[in-house]
Amino acid sequence: MSRVFISRDMASVALGADDVARAFAQAGCEVVRTGARGLFSIEPLVEVETQAGRIGFGPVGPGDVAAVLDGTHAARLGEVEALPFFAGQQRFTFARCGVIDPLSLDDYAATGGWQGLDAARAQAAQQVVDTVKASGLRGRGGAGFPTGIKWQTVLDASAGDKYIVCNADEGDSGTFADRMLMEGDPYCLIEGMAIAAHAVGAGHGYIYIRSEYPFAIATMRAAIAASAHIVAPFTLEVREGAGAYVCGEETALLDSIEGKRGQVRAKPPLPALQGLFGRPTVINNVLSLAAVPFILAHGAEAYAAVGFGRSRGTMPVQLAGNVRHGGLYEVGFGITLGELVNAIGGGTASRRPVRAVQVGGPLGAYFPPSMFHLPFDYEAFAAAGGLIGHAGITVFDDSVDMAHMARFAMEFCAAESCGKCTPCRIGSTRGVEVMDRIIGARGTLKPVRPEPVEGRLFSSQEKGGASTGSARTGEGYLDRALYSRAPDRIDVSIEAQTALLRDLADTMKYGSLCALGGFTPYPVLSALDYFPEDFGAPAPLKEAAA
Amino acid sequence: MDEFIGAWTARHGATRDRLLPLLHAMQEEVGYIDDAWVPVIAKALNLSRADVHGVVTFYHDFRRVAPGRHVVKLCRAESCQARGGAGIEAAAAKLLGVAMGETRADGQVALEPVYCLGLCAIGPNALVDGRPVARIDAATLERIALEVAA
Repeated sequence: MSRVFISRDMASVALGADDVARAFAQAGCEVVRTGARGLFSIEPLVEVETQAGRIGFGPVGPGDVAAVLDGTHAARLGEVEALPFFAGQQRFTFARCGVIDPLSLDDYAATGGWQGLDAARAQAAQQVVDTVKASGLRGRGGAGFPTGIKWQTVLDASAGDKYIVCNADEGDSGTFADRMLMEGDPYCLIEGMAIAAHAVGAGHGYIYIRSEYPFAIATMRAAIAASAHIVAPFTLEVREGAGAYVCGEETALLDSIEGKRGQVRAKPPLPALQGLFGRPTVINNVLSLAAVPFILAHGAEAYAAVGFGRSRGTMPVQLAGNVRHGGLYEVGFGITLGELVNAIGGGTASRRPVRAVQVGGPLGAYFPPSMFHLPFDYEAFAAAGGLIGHAGITVFDDSVDMAHMARFAMEFCAAESCGKCTPCRIGSTRGVEVMDRIIGARGTLKPVRPEPVEGRLFSSQEKGGASTGSARTGEGYLDRALYSRAPDRIDVSIEAQTALLRDLADTMKYGSLCALGGFTPYPVLSALDYFPEDFGAPAPLKEAAA
Repeated sequence: MDEFIGAWTARHGATRDRLLPLLHAMQEEVGYIDDAWVPVIAKALNLSRADVHGVVTFYHDFRRVAPGRHVVKLCRAESCQARGGAGIEAAAAKLLGVAMGETRADGQVALEPVYCLGLCAIGPNALVDGRPVARIDAATLERIALEVAA
């Protein structure tokens, strides 16, 4: 009887893995359901256990059982780890994902599980915090704040109830690493949280998972129940989100757990001192907490040895959107954007030229291929006017209309704003209106770009029809664009509206309470700066084209 | 519903932080949160009606009217857009006979927006009655339309 491994990850299931698993079970195979390996162009993937190791086949369908089992199937991949997509990775956090049965405690223990927790519990709390500090681990949710310093603040806070909260409200489009880890290696996250609890003296923890991730919720609940005796006296529970993107912001998330509207809190006080229920709280992203078991088991030096500048360790990068080989690629910081998109991702799935990539989700900047030399590093991206965020890279081909993407960023902010601060709540709605005017005015100019046919046509030839002028500085235009009480007197020219858009973005960036309103200008302004031709302005000089 | 709320709070507690889990449980049970139940929830958890109303209306997941018999949640986020999501959205609306964000007049199917299902390398994606579907094209839409016609 053959033993085969088939993923139970939500993405694999969406591609038909359940039907494939059923077919193999009916053929008398022992089917082990694992997490996803992380390369979706080979899913549904079946790995057959042989004397020469696990041999992968993919993509396969339910009718391919016989050909896979006798080894003649055309989609034979050989050892999955040896594929180029996997050979170049440094899997610290995702070492087990796709390999083991996610809910098997035996598998977890046999692959080095609980070694980090055992090591931590043999040490004093301060020693554990020092190890995390020495590793250089920074918050993987996007802000990049040093995890060890956060833990130190909670450890030093007055005694009494403390909490560990895991932010698993992974709402950014183009990101799925949290989901994959929770579905593929849930005990790793539990171990990380138990280590954090030991380090700061917390007794209870929450994992706040968005409701769009039903598979992750079910897997985490089962894993918590199965491992309760191991992490005791620390206890854990899953809280399910309810479709509010803003709850990924840490203070809104805390309010949501408390049973309130997910509104952002003003800081200070920091959650580390007055967090959940007013108590000192460690709130970390899934990937931050899941990196901790490796650090404790292998030492801070082993983790810090990898990386770039002040960004130490590995980052699970997610290649998404219109990309040929999309998936999860865990690698040390410092790899360039171009290597990720072209060499590893293989360019676009549509085989058309890459025009833009958005890094860091809906609040991240759009970069053109001329920026592909950027190294993956918190500081390098910040200096370039963008952010790494949760390390999701969404690839767009040359059919994308960047003015529409800028409009979408504003529309999304308007839909998801918690409403607490004015720049975000009102600014986003005004932003949609301004973008509508720009898109409208663009249409009346000489054909800057042709009308899209079936949404998939773009010719880069017909550009440069717009008038020039001081659109970039907005000098003199802003006043005329601001006659909101006299709509007939508003200057709806591209120059005036672009000046207004920049002014609005400035207000949102510096006046918003949290990153939702504060970072929405990143996609909007980067689209405007790098792709002005889509906003009816002349194309930029090809500066430093790589 | 009074009985359901009473039994639920007896089992899971009646502190304020139980509000979201209770709303999820109610919606799981009957499909939506009727405005008439808001005072009952408020009383059970010792909150004001305004508080409960505020929470129910804040979160996109909670419905205040009964949903369609079938719910198609189609992703509108950037990664699905990069793979032709806008065209699929328009085609889905036409094929299912219902605008995005609406329930069809006969109550058979609702088309709801969702912002990211975390399947971003294999879009456009949807949840059809909770089942994930990826790489949606015209043929997939036909299958979904048949499925929700039943």
